[in-house]
Formats: sequence, C-alpha cells, structure tokens
Amino acid sequence: MGRYVIRRLLQMVPVFIGTTFLIFVMVYALGDPVAAMFGDKAPDPATAAQIRHAMYLDHSLPAQYVHYMKQIFTGDFGTSASGQPVTQLMGSAFPVTIRLTLVAFVIEAVAGVGLGLIAGLRRGRLADSGVLAFTLIVVAVPTFVTGYVLQYFLGVKWHVANPAVAEGAPIGDLIMPGVVLAGVSLAYVARLTRTSVAENSRADYLRTAVAKGLPRRRVVTVHLLRNSLIPVVTFLGTDIGGLMAGAVVTERIFNIHGVGYQLYQGILRQNPPTVVGFVTILVIIFLAANLIVDLLYAVLDPRIRYA
Amino acid sequence: MTVTDERTGAAAPVSTTPLLEVRDLHVEFHTRDGVARAVNGVDYSVNAGETLAVLGESGSGKSVTAQTIMGILDMPPGRITQGEILFHGQDMLTMSAEQRRKIRGRKIAMIFQDALSSLNPVLSVGYQLGEMFRVHQGMSRKQARAKSIELMDRVRIPAAKERIGDYPHQFSGGMRQRIMIAMALALEPELIIADEPTTALDVTVQAQVMDLLAELQREYNMGLILITHDLGVVADVADKIAVMYAGRIVETSPVHDIYARPAHPYTKGLLRSIPRLDQKGQELYAIKGLPPNLTRIPGGCAFHPRCPMAQDVCATDVPLLHPVGAERGSACHFWKETIGD
Repeated sequence: MGRYVIRRLLQMVPVFIGTTFLIFVMVYALGDPVAAMFGDKAPDPATAAQIRHAMYLDHSLPAQYVHYMKQIFTGDFGTSASGQPVTQLMGSAFPVTIRLTLVAFVIEAVAGVGLGLIAGLRRGRLADSGVLAFTLIVVAVPTFVTGYVLQYFLGVKWHVANPAVAEGAPIGDLIMPGVVLAGVSLAYVARLTRTSVAENSRADYLRTAVAKGLPRRRVVTVHLLRNSLIPVVTFLGTDIGGLMAGAVVTERIFNIHGVGYQLYQGILRQNPPTVVGFVTILVIIFLAANLIVDLLYAVLDPRIRYA
Repeated sequence: MTVTDERTGAAAPVSTTPLLEVRDLHVEFHTRDGVARAVNGVDYSVNAGETLAVLGESGSGKSVTAQTIMGILDMPPGRITQGEILFHGQDMLTMSAEQRRKIRGRKIAMIFQDALSSLNPVLSVGYQLGEMFRVHQGMSRKQARAKSIELMDRVRIPAAKERIGDYPHQFSGGMRQRIMIAMALALEPELIIADEPTTALDVTVQAQVMDLLAELQREYNMGLILITHDLGVVADVADKIAVMYAGRIVETSPVHDIYARPAHPYTKGLLRSIPRLDQKGQELYAIKGLPPNLTRIPGGCAFHPRCPMAQDVCATDVPLLHPVGAERGSACHFWKETIGD
C-alpha cells in the first residue's frame, strides 16, 4: 500500500509540470500582458521594455516558466490587475468556491447514487424510465439555461430561495447554485450507478448473498451497492475538478465572488499572474482529488491493492 | 412431525415424511424465442442423512429445480406454473418471502459451482463467513470471527487464523470451494444443495472436495442434493440417483442398480459414454444428436429423436415413470427391454 501511494505521488509530478507549463505558455505567449496594461493606447517602447524586464518577460519562455515556478514555491503568485497580491484574491475566492463545490458534490453524490440505485433495481419499470428521461433532459439542457430558469422562478418569482448569493456565501444561499452546478454530473452519476447496479445484480455473488438468507436490505447495501459504487467513486473523484471548472459559469449567474469570478476577471483584464496562479491551484486540487480516488479505489476493491 | 422423526426416519425411510419433497414441479422461462419449459413435472425427495444425485446434461433442468427449491430463481423471466416443494411437509411455495428467507442458509443451504464468482470479490472471506452468524444468530463481530476461524479449520483450510482476512482471489480454487462449503455448513442446515460443486476444479482437488463434503454430510446427518453431470462423482457418494432429461426425471434408482442395470436408454447412453480403461483405443460412444431446444420440446418422449430404441408410440405418448422393482422408476415405454438386454 505504501509503495502504491508513493508511485501515485511520483506520477503526479510530470502531470503537474505538464499542465502548468501548458497553461503558462498559453497565457504568456498568446497575449501581451504589457500591451494589456495600457489598454487602447500604444505604450512608450522604453517604458514597455522596462516593465518587461521588471516582470521577467525579456527571457525565453522556459526560463520564464522556471522563474515563475520558483516564485510560486516561495508563496509569491504575483500581483493582480487591481494591484492586490494574487494570494490575497485566492484567500477570498477559494473558500467560497470550495464551499459551492462541496454543496454541489453532496447533491451530486447523494441524489445521483440514489436515483441510479432505484433505477437499477427496477430496471425496465416506470421508476427506471422516469430516471432515464429525467437524466436525459438534464444532460441536454445547458447549465446556464437551468441556472437562469431556476433563478427566475425560485428566486425572483416564487421567493423560495435568494436569487443571488450574499456576501460571504452562506450555505443556505448556495443550495440553488449547487443544484445547478451539480445537474449534469448528477445525471451522469445516476446513469453510471444504474448500469453498474443492473450489471452487478445479475452477478453470482449476489445470488449467493440471497441464498445465505440475508435480508434484502443487507443484500443491496453491503453486497450490491459496495460493488456497484467502484466505478461511480472514480467518476465522482475526477468530477471534483470538473465541478470547480463548471463553477465559472454558475458563479457568474448567481453573482458569487469565487474562483470563477476571479478567473473571469483575470482573463478579461489579461492579467497573467491571476490566471496562471488560479489554474495552478486548480491543477493541484484536481491531482489531489485523483489521488484520493485512487486510494479509495484500493480500499473499495481489494483486487487493486496488490496489482 | 418432529425433527427427531426425521432423524430416525433416515434408517427406515419408508413411512415418514421426507425432509424435502418436490412434487410435480413445473418451471418455465419467458424468452424472446418463446416459452422455454425448463422443468416439466419433477418429483423427487430426500431424507435426512441421504444423498440424492441429480444427473443430467446442461439444460436438463437440474439447476433450475435446485434454484426453485432455494427460492433464488430469477422471477421474471422464470415462473413456477405448477407443483409443490414440501420441506418437513410444508409447502415452501406458499410461504411468505420472509418465512422463506429464514429457511435459506439456516435450514437449507446451497453450494455453487464457481466459487470465484460466487463469493463477493470485495469482502474478506472472514466477513462473508461471519455474516451468517451475525445476521442469523445476532453474534458480535468478534464472536462471528472466532466461529469463522473454527469453520475454516473444519473444512481444513491451513492457517485459518492468518487467512481469515484474505479475499477470495487470494485463495486457490480448491480452497475457495472449501470456503463455499464452510459457508453452507455454518448454521448446520438440514439440507444442502450442491450445484456441480467440483466441476470448476482440477481432478485431484475434485476428489478431496467431494470427500470432505461427504464426510461432513455424514457427520451432521444432513440431506444432500448433489447436482452433477459427472457419473464418476456420483458412484461413491450418492444413495440414490435421479436422471433428468428435458426438464423431466427419466429414471430414479438406488445408486448401485443404475450402474448394473440401467432402465432407460438415456441412462444407458450416459453410462456407455464414460471412457473405460479396457476399451482403450476404441472410439468413445456418444449419444447421437443434441439435447432439445426447451422452447420446442419434442412431443411424446422428449428423448425419442435420439433414442436407438424408439418406436412409433414414443413420438406420440408421454411415458410415465413406471415402477421398476424396489424404489426404481423409468420413464420409458420399453424399460423392460432396456433393462433386459
């Protein structure tokens, strides 16, 4: 088990370098941050050169990347367009987005697995068809449509929930955005669970569990669900990154000042430190989530442990 | 009727209620190609301490009958259309789901063919064994663990204490089948149904597992229904044999009579197709043709298209199970000729 963890950690290093380098190249090579500072005006060449030198932009791209990485590891992510350190923006944005992601994640996992289990156990019947139709609709409708529709009806018209999230993003306000953010993934989780449950419910070991005279509840939870959740857990784990990326759209709809909002501002104002810094942290979170999934996978499926 | 009656009844099995009695059981499956009649009027009975071997090819209905007794038949597509399954004289088919669940594992247990796929891959064998005690007898985890180790010792798994936390894939095929046997024995049931328990094993391991099963059966005085297609396995352990073909019993007999004087052409064919040392080099006998499609079972005697003795009457009249001497029966119009030649 220990060796397995170390191997997985080592595998993360090239992935981290690769992804951050790509995003770095995209942001620094495809735009001109100095030109962006001056807006529509053409900058004075001497001043521009001076700024370039100060920002380490007069070196080759790989050298810039190495320089940037060194700074990151000392905790310096540069300054944002507004002059604040990027770390300060992160400090305010990440807690909000993480909270939104967690709310969405819980909704996705609980509702998705629940619906999938019901559909899988009653495949071919009304409940199954209902779940399939529901998930199809959810997948087909884009997030911003469900977002605005829910916001209008629940928030503006019927006053069930706050149409926008208040300062500090209290959990109560995050439920509706969480549902919107979770929507598509929830549908995938439900379908994945359904297939997995349907497949495993025909397995020989399930027949054994019934033949042992176990109560149905135990057969389903201990024997069926435990096995069926293995692929679902993989999806849920990798989807944490997807949820955080999806938050860019959801945060805009509900006026949440999280990662999505800051990233959007960074791109809009062509501020490289903000964009690269935030994406780097997202990459780390994504990798960490994947590692946890792999470890959990080994816990759920003993056959993996010794592979 | 009490359990003690059953136990004494084993010695004189004529007058008492059998432990398990299947009466005129009919099971069919609804498939895309039509209705497959898997079981068409099966009767058999087992007493305590007795071993009944149910013999037949794949698709003869032997496993479906067992699953129906166990109450683990997939319904749908399966459907029981007729018959009774009496356990201590009580029809299990009319019992509630909860009553039946309480019989499963506790009174009647089952051993499956492929232990690797029949054991849960993600739970330790200790957990799967202990579950029997925890669920049925309300034991604590610790007590259940101790009992599980005891059981593993019982079926002679070496180093049971160290291996209790291992998973099914970490055991060899023979050891896995021993675990299946241990699980079935856990609550000392009155009846064990073993569905081809040795088919998936190496020949040398087959004998060991079969011996173990027979020994434990004697020790606990359990009834045993042994489902197999291997005549060799049967000879040593069974008391009586029921031969099935196309969902019917075509011959029943105490074990030794059937080898000496089969009373049905199908049984005869099966016996002749066993390779023998004194016939080395000669071509092996095979019953011609294939088992019937269960959606279109031939009229009359289902075996007539493949039978070397078939006459016109065989295609029209369904042969009943004629009594052939003491405790023997043959569903053949020409049993006299079969047994005689």
